[in-house]
Amino acid sequence: MKKYPLALALFGALVLTAACGTESGDSGGGGGDKPGAQGFTPPDLKALDKLGEPEGELSVLAWPGYAEDGSNDPKIDWVTPFEKETGCQVSVKTFGTSDESLSLMKAGGYDVVSASGDASLRLVASGDVEPVNTDLVPNYADVFDYLKDKSWNSVDGVEYGIPHGWGANVLSYRGDVVKPAPTSWSAVFDPESQYQGKITAYDSPIYIADAALYLMKHQPDLGIKNPYALDDKQFQAAVDLLKKQNPMISEYWSDYLKESQALKNGDTVLGTAWQVTVNLTKSEGSPVDSVLPSEGATGWSDTWMVATKSQHKTCAYKWLDYIVSPKANAQVAEYFGEAPANEKACAMTTDKSHCDTYHAADADYASKIWYWTTPIAQCIDGRTDVKCKDYGEWTRAWTEIKG
Amino acid sequence: MRLSRTTRYVLLAALVLGLVVIWFPLLLVLLNSFNADTTFGWPPSALTFEWWARVATNQGALNALWTSVQAGLAATAIALVLGSMAAFALQRYRFFGRDTLSLLIILPIALPGIVTGIALNNAFRTILGIDLGLFTAIVAHATFCIVVVFNNVVARLRRLGGNLQEASMDLGASGFTTFRLVTFPMLRSALLAGGLLAFALSFDEIIVTTFTLGTGMETLPIWILNNLFRPNQTPVVNVVAAILIIVSTVPVYLAQRLSGDTASGGRL
Amino acid sequence: MTVGRSASAFLNRAPRLRLGLLLSAPMLWLGLAYLGALAALFVTAFWHADPFTGKVITDWTADNFKTLVTDSVYRTITFRTVAIAAGVTVIDAIIAFPMAFYMAKIASPRARRVLVIAVLTPLWASYLVKAYSWRTMLSGNGVLHWLLDPLGLDTPGYGLTATVITLSYLWLPYMILPIYAGLERLPDSLVDASGDLGARPARTFRSVVLPLTFPAIVAGSIFTFSLTLGDYITVKIVGGTSQMLGNVVFDNIGAANNLPFAATVATVPVVIMLLYLAAVRRTGALENL
Repeated sequence: MKKYPLALALFGALVLTAACGTESGDSGGGGGDKPGAQGFTPPDLKALDKLGEPEGELSVLAWPGYAEDGSNDPKIDWVTPFEKETGCQVSVKTFGTSDESLSLMKAGGYDVVSASGDASLRLVASGDVEPVNTDLVPNYADVFDYLKDKSWNSVDGVEYGIPHGWGANVLSYRGDVVKPAPTSWSAVFDPESQYQGKITAYDSPIYIADAALYLMKHQPDLGIKNPYALDDKQFQAAVDLLKKQNPMISEYWSDYLKESQALKNGDTVLGTAWQVTVNLTKSEGSPVDSVLPSEGATGWSDTWMVATKSQHKTCAYKWLDYIVSPKANAQVAEYFGEAPANEKACAMTTDKSHCDTYHAADADYASKIWYWTTPIAQCIDGRTDVKCKDYGEWTRAWTEIKG
Repeated sequence: MRLSRTTRYVLLAALVLGLVVIWFPLLLVLLNSFNADTTFGWPPSALTFEWWARVATNQGALNALWTSVQAGLAATAIALVLGSMAAFALQRYRFFGRDTLSLLIILPIALPGIVTGIALNNAFRTILGIDLGLFTAIVAHATFCIVVVFNNVVARLRRLGGNLQEASMDLGASGFTTFRLVTFPMLRSALLAGGLLAFALSFDEIIVTTFTLGTGMETLPIWILNNLFRPNQTPVVNVVAAILIIVSTVPVYLAQRLSGDTASGGRL
Repeated sequence: MTVGRSASAFLNRAPRLRLGLLLSAPMLWLGLAYLGALAALFVTAFWHADPFTGKVITDWTADNFKTLVTDSVYRTITFRTVAIAAGVTVIDAIIAFPMAFYMAKIASPRARRVLVIAVLTPLWASYLVKAYSWRTMLSGNGVLHWLLDPLGLDTPGYGLTATVITLSYLWLPYMILPIYAGLERLPDSLVDASGDLGARPARTFRSVVLPLTFPAIVAGSIFTFSLTLGDYITVKIVGGTSQMLGNVVFDNIGAANNLPFAATVATVPVVIMLLYLAAVRRTGALENL
């Protein structure tokens, strides 16, 4: 045992050095300043005031299907035209959940990111993205008005990004196995389901909102008004529902291609998915269909944002302008299966009824989708008498649910 | 050695069964690289050479391969130097803390990769403030490759003993000359074997690499991980894997011959 | 005298200096850089991350450890992971031993070389591809289903069984080789002597072979144990909804942006491995690596 005291002493010294060496991050969640309506004060950053020369390079962090460059399917490519037009060579990195997008942004190296509502504000709060000067994005003028100045893409009147489009998390199912076709989310929550062991769910704590949405309609006495504003009792009910669902799940998915394969193989026959997953699996010959259930659905409204530390801001702004230009926006919206942000894109979709199917111009319908939003302790449904569960607790509960 | 007939046959059966189980998934990969169906349903409906043709033009795979080779060579070089130095120190000298040190050298490979990965990631990004890139991955790989070289050199040094070196110095050669003309030639094959194994370890490493490689860069395992589920790329992944299996028989055979009769291989 | 000779002569008289020079670089690298990084990680376990921004707040608190210990799910996951690791180790030891024995003792030298290559080559096939190959094999319409259906059985599908099977498969060569090396070192004469004294094969195995090759088996187990303890990829590929310790660490780093908590959970496999290493040191396994 004589050898150890020295080793331990050295180790202790190392620990102390390391402790002093690490920078301390300032507490972001509304530290000492008065928090804004969204519960935090954004760091003081300025938007770009004019464009320079394109830098020749651009690193895009995007949801799969948003920045297709032909590597998935040679016929699906709207990145190459952009590269030819601006000279900005694009490298795309995709992610599966909003949380992943946050940690990737923290790691750095990306110039633009397509952030959903549950990531956008967190990116703003941590200073990873800066305000966007919408004057430098000519196509912004044609974006549907009901997507501008929303609580997830602007703070205190300052715009932080360009709306991309929005969509819902649909219920996908194998048309040849699941009969009759499901019409309600109870297909995935019903403990007596005959498809037990072949159901899938989204692998992110944000999925708790889907359970809460289900309870909104099926257990109204819980009084849930907003699936992202859950107090103790409501939260427990949602978590319990998901715990009961867990044994029925074959796999949780965060990689849409893994889900697509599972649907094609028949290892999964039912569960939440993105429209692009359904489209892709169908195009590979599998009889997969989707439905927007009667209870409604959670969804996302995505915003393209510019990284604060980006070295390629001109290319970044050019991308922002390009991706919401009518042609590109139409291409993405059709490929992914969502509503485009640009009004003029509706005329350019190959399926002329695309915008109608996805209710692109219907502001009222759009307001009924429960877009992904980061839950915070300050209840976002307006209640002040109770404290709601914040995202940290959602994340802890998610580990418990998966067991 | 005398063993009963039944014992021999039972053991042979176990061996054969084991080898079948080991090789079956690999042969399946080989078969699937010709499978026309992208979900690899069984039995395969049609066979095609298309995926093999595509591999040569797949830029992503080629870039990833080059990155892997660079990282492997650099990490191996560093590990060869550091591993040999440590081997000499621990094998030829007795000193305070020797046991702790030998434990320390094993640590990077004994601790789960994810711990090494996040520790180095945190150290690089937060403490040292440097961006991740190829260099950081090389540092990480070298760290767990050291023990591979160390083990091989220690085993060789143990077998050699110190007599030849002492004789050389008695005859008037300086320390450096002795190393150059006597010690190094005797170590050469152990270094080569250790280097080959270190390279192989670094080449197939995924977990630590995920945390220490720069954004946008890919080594071959990372490329495979990124393309594993893409319907258009999975067949190409199978082809790459098949090529790896076939090509790797060469260094494995070499390492075997060089390290003599011991089966130094596997992890260390 | 040239510079080289005088330097060499000087160093010859100063063995401690020689030792210091030899040790300096590896010690700096491993001791300072690697251990330092581990220490820094350990330190962050005492901090916490703001759930909204993901920034690490350096207020010292043991809350993370409290959560780790009080929330039962982490205990469950730890037990599950350790159980899987133990299971994989035992399965691999049982499969590896007869194979290694045949290779070391019965096969001819030429066959031995071929067999070693046959066992080693799969190691260098990509880990991911092997795991994925098992995924397609275990699928509902994969090879296993096709093989077992006529017997009335079915593939276990994705889950804990699949994870144990796949991990056992992946680490098998790491168990075979140390045992093979250990058996090679075992003198044939001992086994023969035991037979001569009247012991049946089973008794010889139990009383002579096993105790002498035990360090080698333990050496192999260090790898199967450590590799299983930290693995998160295989579970994601074939594990269905199961979670292991590696997944919790990985999810907290990547998805939850909670480095402090990831570090806290990471201390569990580290402590387990350190205890395991300390325990096996006695058996002499570390020389058998």
